[in-house]
Amino acid sequence: MPAVQETIEQVRNIDVDQYKYGFETLIETDKAPKGLNEDIIRFISAKKNEPEWMLEWRLEAYRRWLTLEEPTWARVNYPKIDFQDIYYYAAPKNQAGPKSLDEVDPELLKTYEKLGIPLKEQEILAGVRKAGELSPSGDEAVDGEVSDSVYNSGRVAVDAVFDSVSVVTTFKKELAKAGVIFCSISEAIREHPELVKKYLGSVVPTSDNFYATLNSAVFTDGSFVYVPKGVRCPMELSTYFRINEKNTGQFERTLIIAEEGAYVSYLEGCTAPQRDENQLHAAVVELVALDDAEIKYSTVQNWYPGDKDGKGGIYNFVTKRGDCRGKNSKISWTQVETGSAITWKYPSCILRGDNSRGEFYSIAVSNGHQQIDSGTKMIHLGKNTSSRIISKGISAGHSNNTYRGQVSAHRKATNARNFTQCDSLLIGNDCGAHTVPYIEAKNATAQFEHEATTSKISEDALFYVMQRGIPEEEAIALIVNGFVKEVIQELPMEFAVEAQKLIGISLEGSVG
Amino acid sequence: MLEIKNLHARIAEDGTEIIRGLNLTVKAGEVAAIMGPNGSGKSTLSYILAGREDYEVTEGDILYNGESILDLDPAERAAKGIFLAFQYPMEIPGVATMEFLKVAMNEQRKARGEEELKIPEFMKRVKDAAGLLSMDMGMLKRPLNVGFSGGEKKRAEILQMKLLEPKLCVLDETDSGLDIDALKIVSEGVNALRSPDRAIVVITHYQRLLDYIVPDSVHVLYKGRVIKSGDKTLARQLEENGYAEIIGEAA
Repeated sequence: MPAVQETIEQVRNIDVDQYKYGFETLIETDKAPKGLNEDIIRFISAKKNEPEWMLEWRLEAYRRWLTLEEPTWARVNYPKIDFQDIYYYAAPKNQAGPKSLDEVDPELLKTYEKLGIPLKEQEILAGVRKAGELSPSGDEAVDGEVSDSVYNSGRVAVDAVFDSVSVVTTFKKELAKAGVIFCSISEAIREHPELVKKYLGSVVPTSDNFYATLNSAVFTDGSFVYVPKGVRCPMELSTYFRINEKNTGQFERTLIIAEEGAYVSYLEGCTAPQRDENQLHAAVVELVALDDAEIKYSTVQNWYPGDKDGKGGIYNFVTKRGDCRGKNSKISWTQVETGSAITWKYPSCILRGDNSRGEFYSIAVSNGHQQIDSGTKMIHLGKNTSSRIISKGISAGHSNNTYRGQVSAHRKATNARNFTQCDSLLIGNDCGAHTVPYIEAKNATAQFEHEATTSKISEDALFYVMQRGIPEEEAIALIVNGFVKEVIQELPMEFAVEAQKLIGISLEGSVG
Repeated sequence: MLEIKNLHARIAEDGTEIIRGLNLTVKAGEVAAIMGPNGSGKSTLSYILAGREDYEVTEGDILYNGESILDLDPAERAAKGIFLAFQYPMEIPGVATMEFLKVAMNEQRKARGEEELKIPEFMKRVKDAAGLLSMDMGMLKRPLNVGFSGGEKKRAEILQMKLLEPKLCVLDETDSGLDIDALKIVSEGVNALRSPDRAIVVITHYQRLLDYIVPDSVHVLYKGRVIKSGDKTLARQLEENGYAEIIGEAA
């Protein structure tokens, strides 16, 4: 049970309210003028050396965005955002696009090193740990079982995105041998325009919603993944997003395509410096799974959540959607949300192909004055489609945590099945947990199940665990880790460990 | 080993006094039974010994090996060797029993400045202890107490007690909800822990348990005080005549 142990160590090493990724990198940046207009979009497009069609696509989205209203239906409160008071483009100087590692600014490499993200391929290889050491479950103590979720020696290829640009992508050559394309979206627009044209906006159209439309106009970087027919991607792919510049929005765009019979597991991590001002992060992620393909997308979101009085922190307004376009395809979202002042995020699946399957596993932890409105949508269109939703919300401090989910079956979606389980755990008396499910079945053969529970970490349970000699913070970490175990098990191993640590840190000081 | 001196305690929330001038001494190697009618303060006493915050000590002291433990939290008391077997053990979802045992054992070792247990040594101890209590190892992979029957929960308590090797064991109504076979197994488990350097306090409502765990001393608790102490024959007397007689004597 080393992971729980690590949670404990981690909690012990940290003072109350310390966000450990809150440092700032001092680096010269190249910025667009503040504010948003067509010239700024032209500036971004020119910086990225984009073809004309891409610029047109952006401008069209921008014009549409001007006609849209900011949505207000989520259970979150924040002052009105002044979209003219944001920088839409900031890039480390002399960083036109991803280069080889030797050319990357050493300051940047140091930043990622400090964040614990290995960018040097040799180090990644050298740093491979035994899978058994990483198991979060403790089951190996019983019978030596090792989870099979890490395959191929646990190597991870990383695309590092710093403010508005991708600074480097590792293991590109090796991936190319397998036919896998893994690069920044900017590079993909230049190098693989036919794929980008075909799929970009095909899952989240530019008209989708206020933030997605804004993103379509101004997105700066993000990752692109293409896994060809029949290929099982030979390693985990990962993107690490870092916001560094002040008053800068990060608008990332990620597009992942798994061709027939392909498989890919993709991880996303994010952090930002500690600042008094709020910063906007509005991403769009699109996944396309064709016949028999499978995409597993995991996120550990740890944007700066603001201080203990609720000052500062990231506004995280994200549209993530997967399209199970082919028959027997599968898309699985797993997310651990611990950061951000406000989270507005609903990773969804469109189950278009017959027999396709969507999954959503979520842990959302809120403390301090954080507000989370998150959940998923499972849209059943094809026959015999199935979906599963497991959501674990943990609220502490003065935070508010809402699960919002939609499950719907189209008229033609015969035998659609869904199972939803939403559990909320409250720590303390000043936080809130809310569950808002929308369920809609337009055909009689659909079978939808929904279970929801809300509980408090009881004094009884805490007393019981402490009576066995486990100190209070560790006792809470243990109870919480037990509560979220079902979801943690869905994460790739490296992330599972990080996620448990994060949950421990996020809840630090939540009981007093 | 345990000395309770003129203890007064009340429920922190509403100020109701439950323990009213309780005196009790239990020596190392002794098995003391605490009996009493419902509402006499038996379970409260066990919670106060373990350090539950819902109760406030207003007067008197609890000395453990000569030192007051009133300022210690439950985890600190546990690390010093105080163990409470709960009447209603809590369910801890998602935490495998095995995992829980390991964390608890290692936390206590850490608090005492000892090395963590190596996995093979840990496994061996667990297997041995579970065997003696006729517990299936498969059960230990299940989340602690979740879906356990009443008897399984009590067995799991005794298993923890064995593995944590406390110096002062407090058993709160361990016999409640046990059938006769389970009662025998649990009692054997407790008896195996009797040793010259360990004290055991058995809180029970009925004489039945004391047929299996034979006490050295018996104390009758009523309205938050010990109103009569004696040897094991006192328990028999209570069984035959009920509490009324003794309560009458004391009044």
